[in-house]
Amino acid sequence: MIEALKYIPQPKATNDELAGHFTDLAPPLTPRQAAIESSRCLYCYDAPCTRICPTGIDVASFIRNIHDRNVNGAAVTILQQNILGGSCARVCPTEILCEDACVRNHDDEGQPVKIGLLQRYALDNCTLEGHPFQRAPSTGKKVAVVGAGPAGLSCAHRLAMLGNDVVIYEALEKSGGLNEYGIAKYKLTDNFAQKEVDFLLGIGGIEVRHGQKLGDNLHLKDLKAQYDAVFLGLGLGASRALGLTGEDAPGLMAAVDYISELRQADDLSKLPVPRRAIVIGAGNTAIDMAVQIQRLGAEEVTLVYRRGVEDMSATHHEQEIAKANYVRMVTWAQPQQVLVDEAGRVRGMRFERTMLDGTRLVGTGVTFEVTADAVFKAIGQSMQASTLADPLATMLKRDGDKIHVDAGFRTVLPGIYAGGDCVAPGQDLTVQAVEHGKLAAHAIHTDIQSKVRAA
Amino acid sequence: MADLSVNFCGIKAPNPFWLASAPPTDKAYNVIRAFEAGWGGVVWKTLGEDPPAVNVSSRYSATYGKNREVIGFNNIELITDRSLELNLQEITEVKKAWPDRAIVVSLMLPCEEHYWADILPKVEATGADGIELNFGCPHGMPERGMGSAVGQVPEYVELVTSWCKKHSKLPVIVKLTPNITDIRKPARAAKAGGADAVSLINTINSITSLDLDRMVAFPIVGGASTHGGYCGPAVKPIALNMVAEIARDPETRGLPISGIGGIGNWKDAAEFIALGAGCVQVCTAAMLHGFRIVQEMKDGLERWMDSKGYKTLDDFMGKAVPNTTDWKYLDMNYKSIAQIDQDNCIKCGRCYVACEDTSHQSIFQLVDEASGDRTYEVNKEECVGCNLCEITCPVQGCITMVAVPTGKPYMNWTQDPRNPRAELKETA
Repeated sequence: MIEALKYIPQPKATNDELAGHFTDLAPPLTPRQAAIESSRCLYCYDAPCTRICPTGIDVASFIRNIHDRNVNGAAVTILQQNILGGSCARVCPTEILCEDACVRNHDDEGQPVKIGLLQRYALDNCTLEGHPFQRAPSTGKKVAVVGAGPAGLSCAHRLAMLGNDVVIYEALEKSGGLNEYGIAKYKLTDNFAQKEVDFLLGIGGIEVRHGQKLGDNLHLKDLKAQYDAVFLGLGLGASRALGLTGEDAPGLMAAVDYISELRQADDLSKLPVPRRAIVIGAGNTAIDMAVQIQRLGAEEVTLVYRRGVEDMSATHHEQEIAKANYVRMVTWAQPQQVLVDEAGRVRGMRFERTMLDGTRLVGTGVTFEVTADAVFKAIGQSMQASTLADPLATMLKRDGDKIHVDAGFRTVLPGIYAGGDCVAPGQDLTVQAVEHGKLAAHAIHTDIQSKVRAA
Repeated sequence: MADLSVNFCGIKAPNPFWLASAPPTDKAYNVIRAFEAGWGGVVWKTLGEDPPAVNVSSRYSATYGKNREVIGFNNIELITDRSLELNLQEITEVKKAWPDRAIVVSLMLPCEEHYWADILPKVEATGADGIELNFGCPHGMPERGMGSAVGQVPEYVELVTSWCKKHSKLPVIVKLTPNITDIRKPARAAKAGGADAVSLINTINSITSLDLDRMVAFPIVGGASTHGGYCGPAVKPIALNMVAEIARDPETRGLPISGIGGIGNWKDAAEFIALGAGCVQVCTAAMLHGFRIVQEMKDGLERWMDSKGYKTLDDFMGKAVPNTTDWKYLDMNYKSIAQIDQDNCIKCGRCYVACEDTSHQSIFQLVDEASGDRTYEVNKEECVGCNLCEITCPVQGCITMVAVPTGKPYMNWTQDPRNPRAELKETA
């Protein structure tokens, strides 16, 4: 039940009808389509798609394997670089990564190779028996991983593969992090996140303990004492505030919280769906929110951003999805006031037009109002303050609210590592979190082993 | 528009595009459809002695390109499986209805004169324009002493050809098998036997692919397979060479050639004609796309001829033959090097890895430290002009081979001081 929207009516459509709006946004390739698409790959040397991929997947090789009908070989080629290759195939902004870099992304060449869909094809259609990777002989070492999101899972898998035992501590009921709770429903369908977690854990040596929240019932100093190393894949649990009066008014909530409810809902027709909705923000989460609420039946969805279209962090591809779903995009306007009715519920928002004064964004004084039954803020996520509150955790060096790490994802505290959205470098992408986890695992393993040798 | 008509060893046709002796010319129904589509002639599917051959089920297989386009085609079908009488009757009727088109009758009989003496008057009575001797079929029939079993023995070729000349007034075209070491030998034998022309190539012994689960090659007949005859685009280079060999052989020079092998468009046909063919025969392309392809073939050839100012096929027939020579007469002083058009380069790196791994390390990969961008440049000092980079480049026209003036005169290997067998020096 979503407390902030409990008075908002439920859709008239049935769950089955609504579910039809949340099927695969980009349907999977058929074998014939995969054959045609894979034949388009030029098998580049030192390929730009691989160079730009945060996890360094050998794209040319896996596509050649698909074309040669070695789908299992293709799948393993992907997974050895990116154990969450299945979800990345679905959620990666390929339009700014591999497919942007593709040498065929060029007027004369027509369009880039559909690398994301081919990756999905390989992983959807492989027939691997058992887990494809074997664990190295046991090192006898134990590592704690905090957070069962992409970074934590990737780190745990690689550590297990290297022969270490891992315990993952996860605050929520399910593993998967944003793959489970945060990605637009039509991008990861059919409970894929859980299937992928099950596959990943198939390597063995990883135990997941749920309901374990750092800063609440779990403390960094204890983990440090009990384990040979600790990896923090905390994510960014807190939604940034607008900083306006009325921010707590019923009808206003964080987009990520709504999306989480949407993803977990057994019956979509029980969700509160406003007739008119405002989404504030310009990232992929804002787009996901706007499109999903529209697909649930909202009649008017307005996305408002304080700067111009070219400044939006949502990719052009994402913006096109919003347009195709009748989302009205209003730029150069910033929230000024939450408008409430007599009952204190959100009835809309007043925005102030903005402009650039040199490089500084300033209000123009011109205002306008948008009527809405609900407002969803998607203006970014930050570290939950309580997470890193214990005495040891407070000693972590921070870059802003993010954790400072070196190239090996080592924090300033020996034996404590961090990666994913909670650390400074990067663009908060799933694929980047996977790479952080993988690299951190190698650093952890090397560090532990060198300590063993030194002793 | 250019005039496409041909007079091939006395056989007239409105254009040089003939259908080769094969399934498409098996019976009147197909041949009439072919003529309606615009084919200049047909070589009727091979007639033999009665009772006719019997074919197996499952007859063709193929080798495919990246997009499942057929690169090579393989068949194990035998000669006609219809009675001689029926074929002769249909040939008579079709020729009567289509007097302007060439109808050549393909024949295959045992190597005994009486068989030939018996059938030739019957063929002549149909009104057909000529005969083609099937000395090329490489599957099935050779096991019975016919087809390529004859074509592989020049003495037999000459003997049977001479019988045909003796018992018929029709022009005799000898169809040659490529399953032989030196194609000039049977061509010379055909000429010695009095042949009016040769046609080549027939199909090449082949196994296209296997079913690795059943461990049997395609086409699968029950649980087994047998080698077939290979044709289609893959064999064109082999055919072109064999045509050129005959065209430039002093002993057979001037002998009319009907070019066969992988012809699928006007350009393929123009290439055969430029290497000395007087007409061409098509099969695989028609089998894959239907008879309509002749429209584009004729149109393309006409327009190309117009663009070059060729009024008739004779204007360019054999024009590339003088430029086809032995290796030893190539200019040792010629030099070309690769040139990469940076504006067209899509940075796939294929030229680089090909040259670096397998050739002469003559392409530099330059990495821009700031952007990570790759640029590929030719090392002009090291480039030997092998063409590999141009071939592997996916962008047509991006890499070109540019002739570099060396200031040195023509010098072939026989004149080259580096030739260790200088004492055997020949003159060009």
